[in-house]
Amino acid sequence: MVDRRHFIKTSAGSLAALGSLALLQRSGLAAATEGALPADTLSGKAKLIKHTDRPPNYETPVSDFDAPFTPNDRFFVRYHHAVIPDIKADEWRLRIGGDAVNTPLEFSLEQLRTDFEQVEIAALCLCSGNRRGLFQPPVPGIQWGSGAMGNARWRGVRLKDVLAKAGIDKSALEVSLAGADSGVLPTTPDFVKSLPLDKALDENTLIAFDMNGEALPHWNGFPARLVVPGWTATYWIKHLTALNVLSKPFDGFWMKTAYRIPKDRFPGGQFGSQETGAAMPITAMVVNSLITNLEDGQTLPSTQAMEIKGVAWDSGNGIAQVEVSTDGGSHWQQAALKQDYGRFSWRQWHWVFEPKHSGTYRIMVRATSRSGEKQALEAIPNPSGYHHNAVQKITLHLAQGE
Amino acid sequence: MRILIGLLAFFAATASAGESPIFLKDRPGKNQVVTQCAMCHSLDYITGHATILDRAGWEKTVGKMINAMGAPINNADKQVIIDYLVQNYGN
Repeated sequence: MVDRRHFIKTSAGSLAALGSLALLQRSGLAAATEGALPADTLSGKAKLIKHTDRPPNYETPVSDFDAPFTPNDRFFVRYHHAVIPDIKADEWRLRIGGDAVNTPLEFSLEQLRTDFEQVEIAALCLCSGNRRGLFQPPVPGIQWGSGAMGNARWRGVRLKDVLAKAGIDKSALEVSLAGADSGVLPTTPDFVKSLPLDKALDENTLIAFDMNGEALPHWNGFPARLVVPGWTATYWIKHLTALNVLSKPFDGFWMKTAYRIPKDRFPGGQFGSQETGAAMPITAMVVNSLITNLEDGQTLPSTQAMEIKGVAWDSGNGIAQVEVSTDGGSHWQQAALKQDYGRFSWRQWHWVFEPKHSGTYRIMVRATSRSGEKQALEAIPNPSGYHHNAVQKITLHLAQGE
Repeated sequence: MRILIGLLAFFAATASAGESPIFLKDRPGKNQVVTQCAMCHSLDYITGHATILDRAGWEKTVGKMINAMGAPINNADKQVIIDYLVQNYGN
């Protein structure tokens, strides 16, 4: 595998810079050049909602969430950096190192597939900034709607099994995670994250190769990505190439400065070694729900009974109940929960609405987790616009049917 | 390094094939914005923040691109870029 970042760094200032230009053209900068695809469609993906071209950031239309698992070609795409190499599976290597590892090791994909127990987990992958566009006042950053998430079956190996092979020293505190994508300039901080050791060693944390029974799509991290069930997708490093077991807190930009939230404002998810006086990294998802078959402001032609349906999720305690209101929150009715695919999967729900008369209805939905965490009416303000989980409110107009 | 940055800037401004063209407002400062910003990212990052950032917001954002993201933008260009963004894409 060509390490483009390394290449760009070492070639800077030399005539070989021309070479890096060609590389860039083949990878990040020319993200969607192939074939006759419209410019706003990524290769291998269905039509998604585009926010930015380069790096590519696309969300899934909410109407595509009407299935237990989000199809791979409809799964959202989120990158921080524009240089995204095409990786050949047989050239890919995962390097295990760091100052708190006993034996630095390197694995091929084949070795990971044959030398370790293969496991599968259903889990929701949710961007920390999903629904940022709903914050008032607005918060800078990509103005995501509700579609920067997707539910999938992830198959791969346990991170803890792979780390055990290399041997973890007693001094280990965090595990840093790096992928093959990088910024255009060598001065841009590489997107490297870290996990506290206990989360890295959690039996649910995987290095995944397959998604919904197929190889990971290029835009979702081929050939291997981290899956950290219950925690937001910022830790789910795509195109994973390096894991370092560290005895000290990792101090890169993407941990110390970015993806941080005010301490004590949200439930769950400790990360002691990365906490400062006022702030901590974003960690566990918050309880949330979404209506997937109705749109705000929609008019329906009659007052016939209808199904209201959607999904609900939390950080992995599981969903205890979903309630629906049709009168702006005065009365709440219990929705039925559909099949349980495991506590890290989202949970589909549905409820039959039998309107008594035509007119305008304020439909609301709220979820409660098994740990008792319940959605509030308003989102919790925070400087980067993360964790938007306000109770959804939509207006539905029902015309007088015949 | 200078050669590399020059080439990258040239490439970003002229050959972002496959990207939907983003036409920024044709006002003074546009050249600096296109050359410097499009080196690393498409210009929809700018249009996507048009109703969100005021002068303080654009100053903070451009500062972040230079100080945190390592954009090699000198002080004179920085001021031109901020003024352009505030006047044309400021809230």
